[in-house]
Amino acid sequence: MQTKPVNQKAWFLVLPVFLLVAFSALIPLMTVMNYSVQDTFGNNQFFWVGLEWFEDILQSERFHDAFLRQILFSALILAIEVPLGIAVALCMPTRRFWTAVVLVLMALPLLIPWNVVGTIWQVFGRVDIGLLGKALYSLGVDYNYTQDPLSAWITVVVMDVWHWTSLVALLCYAGLQSIPDAYYQAARIDGASRWAVFRHIQLPKMKRVLLIAVLLRFMDSFMIYTEPFVVTGGGPGNSTTFLSIDLVKMAIGQFDLGKAAAMSILYFLTILLLSWVFYTVMTSGEGNGRATRRRGRADA
Amino acid sequence: MMTRITRPAPPGPTDTAREGQDQGRARPKRRTRGGGLPVKPLVLTLYLVFLLLPIYWLLGMSLKTNDEILSTFSLWPIDLTFANYAVILSDPAWYMGYVNSTLYVVMNTIISVAVALPAAYAFSRYRFLGDKHLFFWLLTNRMAPPAVFALPFFQLYSSIGLFDTHIAVALAHCLFNVPLAVWILEGFMSGVPREIDETAYIDGYSFPRFFARIFMPLIAPGIGVAAFFCFMFSWVELLLARTLTSVDAKPIAATMTRTVSASGLDWGVLAAAGILTIVPGALVIYFVRNYIAKGFALGRV
Repeated sequence: MQTKPVNQKAWFLVLPVFLLVAFSALIPLMTVMNYSVQDTFGNNQFFWVGLEWFEDILQSERFHDAFLRQILFSALILAIEVPLGIAVALCMPTRRFWTAVVLVLMALPLLIPWNVVGTIWQVFGRVDIGLLGKALYSLGVDYNYTQDPLSAWITVVVMDVWHWTSLVALLCYAGLQSIPDAYYQAARIDGASRWAVFRHIQLPKMKRVLLIAVLLRFMDSFMIYTEPFVVTGGGPGNSTTFLSIDLVKMAIGQFDLGKAAAMSILYFLTILLLSWVFYTVMTSGEGNGRATRRRGRADA
Repeated sequence: MMTRITRPAPPGPTDTAREGQDQGRARPKRRTRGGGLPVKPLVLTLYLVFLLLPIYWLLGMSLKTNDEILSTFSLWPIDLTFANYAVILSDPAWYMGYVNSTLYVVMNTIISVAVALPAAYAFSRYRFLGDKHLFFWLLTNRMAPPAVFALPFFQLYSSIGLFDTHIAVALAHCLFNVPLAVWILEGFMSGVPREIDETAYIDGYSFPRFFARIFMPLIAPGIGVAAFFCFMFSWVELLLARTLTSVDAKPIAATMTRTVSASGLDWGVLAAAGILTIVPGALVIYFVRNYIAKGFALGRV
């Protein structure tokens, strides 16, 4: 890697971005900060309460439940979407024309407004008018996402798989495309099995994009709001109330500003930590090709 | 060399024959495995059916009358009607939603790319005080949960009198689109060798002239991809757009949810509205199909 020249004037080029994002990010964050340490009796009279809201939140059953649900949801999403995405990427056609067709079709769910994704699945899963709901119902499966928590969970998870697996597949496909043919030829000469080719050539080469995919999926599923909100509204009961839904309920539904602000900050800190991991992964790890090459050849 | 003996798989006559000539071939075809069954096309087809079935169902519903949706169950519209689309295209309350969405999305795309271009250039070419921290901080905003920002944004934009305007939504969406654009463009710009810049300066180009005449054409695909992703993420976002608008700038997505809760459930019209929101994305995706992975990886594949 070449070193870049130091030039402080570059700040002028960055300044517009800095100001714009600071306006959109810092001012709201300061508002949130303010609320998180104050309480009010109305009439815009605030008084200092220190860390009470944070203690409240950290001890509240409701937050624990939402947090656990969130972790479970994200874990499920990763466990399903990542292997499926890899499988789909490995199945991509080799001919140019079909590749283009499949790529476009695959990317389609990614471009649908999130509430429409919700609407699509809301309709699709309904027992009276939806294809999925009706089919399951006529097969005798007890499926009703508005009343049964398990059905609701399955619907939300399947919806997310439908919505985002293509992202994992696209990234993996891009990773696979970067493997030189010489690797495959070497593997063939060595008589490597299909599994060995996958394990020692394709998987190491996909490592980087796969990390990106995992982290993106984890973070985005961690702040999912619109889709489950449209489909289940967080119910039945609280069974699909994830962190964002809970937060919006608290802030806008109940106008419980102090608590909501404290929760926002905890939420944001979690994301910040994850972003840091993401950043470290993204900006390091160039040029791990040599190790891969050696390993790719070792198998026979 | 124990080539063909180790694995029974399906070497077959064709494979063995091809193996000889493969040496000089650019793209070897790797096919046939899993004992004769065409596993790959099968998996892919199943996956695509899984993806397209719900969309097809929505499309089918949008072409049915409400009676048909609720009373009969058919895989395709029996009594084909375009009345649902006519409702949307003739009622200002509906079609203004599309106009509003398009307006703020376009504004946001222009703002985001315009400010991101110089910044991305700075990041890809120079080191300066706090550059790494700044770059990281930008990324955290892409990862920030919109739910955290909804209420403060509402108060901020209300207090400066921008509530329910298109520019408010466009600015709010800059929160995640500007960082995204910077990251994508930086990825593309780093692929352009720095010698080009230096040569241009030696030839007497000033920075703005060099940037507009030489550099921008070189990274044109990157600009296209960045613009596409800004467009897309602004188009699919609802939470902030809905919080910041009430009447004049109400996005189509919000129109949909509100109509559902207010006046009974008009499934046909709802489905038609949904289908119409998919159209813009479906139209432009063809042009960026080869770059879409790069965009999602924030310019780093």
